[in-house]
Amino acid sequence: MNPLIPLFVVIPLAGAFLIMIIGRFVKEFNKYFASLILFSLALISFYFLFITRENLFVYKVGGWEPINNIPIGIYMVMDGFTAIVVCIINLIGFLSAFYSISYIKRYTSENYFYALFCLMIAGMNGVVISGDIFNIFVFLEISVISSYALVAFGVEKNELEASFKYQVLGGLASFLILFGIGFLYWKTKTLNIADIKGAFSNGYDKTYYLFVQILLLSGFGLKAAIIPFHAWLPDAHSSAPSPISAMLSGVLIKAVGIYVIIRLFFNMFFISEGMSVLITTLGTLSMVIGVFLAIGQWDIKRLLAYHSISQMGYVVMSVGIGMMLISKGVRNEVAALAIAGGIFHLINHAAFKGLLFLNAGAIEYSTGTRDLREMGGLAKAMPVTSATSFTASMSISGIPPFNGFFSKLIIIIAAVMAHFYLLAALAAIVSIITLASFLKFQRYAFYNEDPNKKKNSIKEVPFPMLFSMIILSIICLLLSMLAFPGIREAILMPAIDILMDPSKYSSQIIGM
Amino acid sequence: MKGMTLIVKKTTQLIAGMIFMYGIYVIVHGHLTPGGGFAGGVIIAGSLILVTLAYGGEFLKLVKEEAGTTIIESMATIMIIMIATAGFLFGTKIFFNNFLPKGVVGQLVSAGVLPLYNIFVGTEVAASIFIIFLSLIIFKEESPQ
Amino acid sequence: MIAYIMCFILFLVGLYGVITRRNLVKIAVSMSIMEISTFLFFALVGYIDGGVAPIVDPADPVKTYVDPLPQALVLTAIVIGLATTSMLMAIIIRLYRKYGTFDIREIKNLKG
Repeated sequence: MNPLIPLFVVIPLAGAFLIMIIGRFVKEFNKYFASLILFSLALISFYFLFITRENLFVYKVGGWEPINNIPIGIYMVMDGFTAIVVCIINLIGFLSAFYSISYIKRYTSENYFYALFCLMIAGMNGVVISGDIFNIFVFLEISVISSYALVAFGVEKNELEASFKYQVLGGLASFLILFGIGFLYWKTKTLNIADIKGAFSNGYDKTYYLFVQILLLSGFGLKAAIIPFHAWLPDAHSSAPSPISAMLSGVLIKAVGIYVIIRLFFNMFFISEGMSVLITTLGTLSMVIGVFLAIGQWDIKRLLAYHSISQMGYVVMSVGIGMMLISKGVRNEVAALAIAGGIFHLINHAAFKGLLFLNAGAIEYSTGTRDLREMGGLAKAMPVTSATSFTASMSISGIPPFNGFFSKLIIIIAAVMAHFYLLAALAAIVSIITLASFLKFQRYAFYNEDPNKKKNSIKEVPFPMLFSMIILSIICLLLSMLAFPGIREAILMPAIDILMDPSKYSSQIIGM
Repeated sequence: MKGMTLIVKKTTQLIAGMIFMYGIYVIVHGHLTPGGGFAGGVIIAGSLILVTLAYGGEFLKLVKEEAGTTIIESMATIMIIMIATAGFLFGTKIFFNNFLPKGVVGQLVSAGVLPLYNIFVGTEVAASIFIIFLSLIIFKEESPQ
Repeated sequence: MIAYIMCFILFLVGLYGVITRRNLVKIAVSMSIMEISTFLFFALVGYIDGGVAPIVDPADPVKTYVDPLPQALVLTAIVIGLATTSMLMAIIIRLYRKYGTFDIREIKNLKG
């Protein structure tokens, strides 16, 4: 039992309320304190990334030991996959908080901003490390309620409208998830993910099982904005303040959506062919439709938000291909490759989409507009922003040697090896359209002639914003290393192992 | 916000205190009877809301009250986290560890740290529901007619 | 069994309200109806025929108790529901101040 695991929830939770008290009396406390606690969390998460490897740590909240191998307390679980996602959350969280130091000056009530930010991090960390399905729901609500408030932080017409849409659809998703949890508890009389798997292993009613799966898939799919459920995402992600957009797009939809879907469908439910076909189809649809919706946009943040849908489609599709191969029980090495591609792309997407939203924020900070047609020639005025956004654009479009190229390559190779030639072709075509769309972004924002001739007034953004953008663009380059053997085995393989072996997760947890 | 009529004010005077006391009763008996922190906190918040509605208050006074309640709420949460951390530090390295002696089942002072949690959860819930009420009223007050 | 079906129907009533109503406040009320139906479902899941409230009575230890866990879950979910409803109401008040209407057809700045 590792006593450090609950710190991921305790530190940001305590930090949020400390900011609320001390920030009232001490100016400037909130911004540095928020960055500090997120930096310490990032360090702890890196520590876990290096010690977890093949191990699996379980923490029993309140010290409630299992009776007759039946878990009775709330479990927190840290395995290879969790360690990766926790790392992403806290690293991007730290950089966004640091970026906010300058960016958020244009809003009032900074205390509330940082307190909600810390609460959101606490909720996401909780979702990821929790091994208990109701606990997942509780932490999910903590993080999404804070994000509702953060989306509406500007309290102007657009922000409020986006937040209302987000809340109605998010609320619907919550109730679907709650219903699903109720149905699971009804049949199994347990809430522990590992124990639910054990309870279903003695046979189950097929229709009932499918019904629960569909409920949970649609609930978490709404949170992850997979295509038929995507309506809230472009509004919410484009209306939020830019550091929050980076968090929402880069981290939140992964932590509370994709991560939970992968965790539940690999480690809690038995993998069935029908579900895997459904998940692959949804992923492919998001990938293709998202990019076509994105290409016509002129608002930078809206364009990026639609690309989030499309890039998440890659992740879901390749994980779905992996599921399909596992359910058939053939060619496990190809399944492992597909899942590796999915997780790798998930990590990469957090880095480059976070960076792109921070770039959009920097552009908005300097020029005051988000419309691509009203800007131009920024490459001279804002050289750092221009360079970092070029890195991120090339990453997302899959140009070597940036990280996006390697993850997309792995996904396409896996699809070809699994004989899904159509999916491989679609993935390549979507990547080309993404490139076109980002070339448009680069050209209109940075290289065109300025239509308004207001060059002199535009300056480069302050240091904290530059620092976050530069660090993220370096991360974008370094993440390519994950594709090489040696590093891949150390970081990606533990996550893939835990997903590949259907009974490993539950048997290890029940044994502790 | 304007107050209500004399009848309402007088009745409020009579019953608000009792409602408040009942809330405290529910909170401190949380480990023995149904109820506990959340239910008792809601009852206490009800009595506070009743007083505010009956007597009304100036806009600035409401804003001030909200600031104070926010601090109380944050304090209560931090206290809960500190008790949990105390369990971590005394012995077993487990958050939310019940480190106090358990006592006899059925007595008021028993069950280790549970009554403490109940008290702080009650404070937290009462304060946060009252904050929600106050913020909605402040919204209404500051809107242009 | 009929009770389970009733609470599912209640959920669908709420869903119908969210989809068809044009008034922001009515949408919020429909959300609450959906929420209540899930709470009802949880309470039903924990119900055992002839059970009493799960408070240990030292004098008579072999009573049948209803399952206490779903009740705890419902309490947690109610707290969360309180937060979401109040958040929704706050946003609705702000929206009304900006747009001067509760009609969702008039509130359509964002599209595309």
